[in-house]
Amino acid sequence: MLGYIVKRVLLMIPTLLGAAILVFLLMRLIPGDICMLRMASGGGSVDPTVLRNCRAEIGTDQPMLAQFWVFIKGLAVLDFGQSMWTGRPIIDEIGLRFQLSLQVAIMATLTAIALAIPLGTISAVKQNSWIDYVVRTFSIAGVAMPSFWLGILIILGILITSKAWFGTPWMPPIRYVPLWVDPLYNLSMLIWPALATGYRYSAVATRMTRSAMLEVLREDYVRTARAKGVFRKLIVRRHALRNALLPVITIIGIEFAFLMGGLVVTEQVFNLNGLGKLFVESITNYDYNMTQALVMLVVGIFALTNLVVDILYAWLDPRIRYNR
Amino acid sequence: MATRRRRTAFALLAGLLAIPFAFTSADAQTPKKGGILKFVVPDEPPSFDGHKETTFALIHPIAPFYSTLIRVEPENPNSGKFACDVCTAVPEPTDGGKTYTFKIRTDVKFHDGSVLTAKDVLATFERIVDPPQGISSARRAHFSMVDSVTAPDDQTVVFKLKYPSGAFMPALATPYNFIYQKAKLDQDQRWYEKNVLGSGPFIFDGREAGAVIRGKRNPNYHFQGKPYLDGFEAIFAKTQTLRVQAIRGDQAAAEFRGFPPKSRDDLVNALGKDVTVQESDWNCVLILTPNQRRQPFDDVRVRRAITLAIDRWGGSRDLSKIAIVKAVGGIGFPGHPLSASKEELEKIAGYWPDLKKSQEEAKRLLKEAGHPNLKFTLQNRGVDQPYTIVGTWLIDQWKQVGITVDQKVDGTGPFYAALDNGAFDVALEFNCQSMVNPLVDVSKFLGDSGDNYGGFKDPEANKLFDSMNRTGDVAEQRSIMRAYERRVLDEQASASITLWWYRIIPHRTYMKGWTVTPSHYLNQDLSQVWLDK
Repeated sequence: MLGYIVKRVLLMIPTLLGAAILVFLLMRLIPGDICMLRMASGGGSVDPTVLRNCRAEIGTDQPMLAQFWVFIKGLAVLDFGQSMWTGRPIIDEIGLRFQLSLQVAIMATLTAIALAIPLGTISAVKQNSWIDYVVRTFSIAGVAMPSFWLGILIILGILITSKAWFGTPWMPPIRYVPLWVDPLYNLSMLIWPALATGYRYSAVATRMTRSAMLEVLREDYVRTARAKGVFRKLIVRRHALRNALLPVITIIGIEFAFLMGGLVVTEQVFNLNGLGKLFVESITNYDYNMTQALVMLVVGIFALTNLVVDILYAWLDPRIRYNR
Repeated sequence: MATRRRRTAFALLAGLLAIPFAFTSADAQTPKKGGILKFVVPDEPPSFDGHKETTFALIHPIAPFYSTLIRVEPENPNSGKFACDVCTAVPEPTDGGKTYTFKIRTDVKFHDGSVLTAKDVLATFERIVDPPQGISSARRAHFSMVDSVTAPDDQTVVFKLKYPSGAFMPALATPYNFIYQKAKLDQDQRWYEKNVLGSGPFIFDGREAGAVIRGKRNPNYHFQGKPYLDGFEAIFAKTQTLRVQAIRGDQAAAEFRGFPPKSRDDLVNALGKDVTVQESDWNCVLILTPNQRRQPFDDVRVRRAITLAIDRWGGSRDLSKIAIVKAVGGIGFPGHPLSASKEELEKIAGYWPDLKKSQEEAKRLLKEAGHPNLKFTLQNRGVDQPYTIVGTWLIDQWKQVGITVDQKVDGTGPFYAALDNGAFDVALEFNCQSMVNPLVDVSKFLGDSGDNYGGFKDPEANKLFDSMNRTGDVAEQRSIMRAYERRVLDEQASASITLWWYRIIPHRTYMKGWTVTPSHYLNQDLSQVWLDK
């Protein structure tokens, strides 16, 4: 297993390098430049000297190859430099957002697991019953409904309900406070986006759990267990569910990595100062350094999550051995 | 006589002659002390350096930390008068209008406890007027009339101008001209990009990147008894829906840029007397710029047809219900003494009261120019309010004279890239200024100004602009302004004004002491604001 992990970690290097080349080139293909955006979008006149100074200051007046060399050199030592927009170290800018994104991702994943596994299992066990239909409708609605739209509905619902009940409208906080500073305030802000994204996430996982369970419940070893008189609950929990979880874990892993950087619109809806929002801002601001760093971070998270999922496979199914 | 004329000119040109309309009259209650004001800001400033940046996103959270030499009257920001901030009295010019001598207060302290002197003011304006190599000063061009700045002693700053100019004092009162500490600038000219050290009503109390900037009360503020607030939190919230809901749900008391009419109505319906709305004409305007490097926009007949097809009077009536635009105006801020009256406007192509006649003339000109079925692409900015709404309306206007237009909507970056590279047919762009100062603001319409993208040269317009800026006589300035306006909008049609913006600020009623101005850059140091809770 250790050999497999080392091999996988080494294989991440060409993946990261490919991503680095791609993001570097793609960013520079977008028409426009950070200095023009910064100087002209305020609506006043733009002094060409000011523009020249700005470009020299952030290095965009350098040849592409020189810029790429700086980026790759930094990447090798995990130094992404400074944000072109704010001039502050990228590691600090990302660090602030990372904890929020991680907390939302964990809360949404827990919500999804808490919903998906019991619902998917019951739905499969009670196939074609009214329970199955309700669960399927619930999960299809979750897949169909974008989480940002659900987020808007949640906010409006809270505003309207609080006004009706308490006389004044209440809205979840729009400024992040870490969990350890004020747990109640933190949760009253993050519970809603976690529910909105967790629901959509759970819908996919519920459907996957249901179909995997249905497949496993038809396997010979389940039939044998039944024939031997093993309790139905025990069959489901110990034999069927454990085997059905393999594809579900893959889905959960991919979704978790996606949540770390992909909650672009949901973060806007709830004013979450997370990585998704930073991603959008860095692209719209032509902050090449920040975008490159974020892409590399997300690629790294995806690669690591896949590795963890593969390791979990072996734990769930002892027949899987990677070092053969 | 000349001095009196100059004084009159100064008083008239000095600044803000806005027409703010508050739904509720300003109350005369005694301000209460205490409380934290929370407000939302649509964007985060790229840096903290006011001399370098141009965005309002810097002013709203950062201006409360700084003093300026002079400013618009904080108690009455729409009076058109200036007031001292760190000076003792607004000076009268001497030396035939070419010398301004400011006396600096002795009781102004930076937040680190050091005394603010004329040396700091000098270092600040040297950086703005003539920045060191590699340092960006976004408003350097506004001070082109300045010959020298000196500080003969710790309490005196002298500005000597190359020629008398009515544009000098408004340029000086620009809210971005934060007074920086000389010692910090000597140490590092870029220090203020990432740090805050001012002498304003609030002390910097921290920033969470992308989330919030906090300020706390400055107990040593040089205007005794102020500020009233214990502090403020400027919360960054990108989406308009969220900002509206934040006010509705009382997570914020205000947003100081402006909301569209629909959001105002939603808030009024939801909150009733708990929300107060203040409105004003806005010193921002949407401008159509034909690219004269491209055919057929190099033909004045085509350009005139484009402007003649637009029903501005009808557009004002209809669009003001859904978008942040309202006033019909010429090149100067509507209502300013230098700006055109309705009668004067009605003589300019595109403002004629007889729409049918205007449209017929547009058709005739297009036919004569050989483009009876003109087609072009309108380069527009991907910002709903008011760009895409006005753009869509314009397309309908042009359709009525047989012009077919596609709208190309780009994000801010690609939009400016297209403008800068001349890769467009006709662009819908804007001119937005802090001080209402038409003498400077209308430089936008010169072919060789830094921010004109039309790709043309018009020496006649340049001549008019120069003579307008060099005369101190208001009547003469006004007369030249009319000729300049006619040249730009009618004879050459090198630009077309669409509609001026309209600022709508719904805020929580408990927020008092704040008055809407014609610019979202002005009067934002929050020293007057208090909470009636």
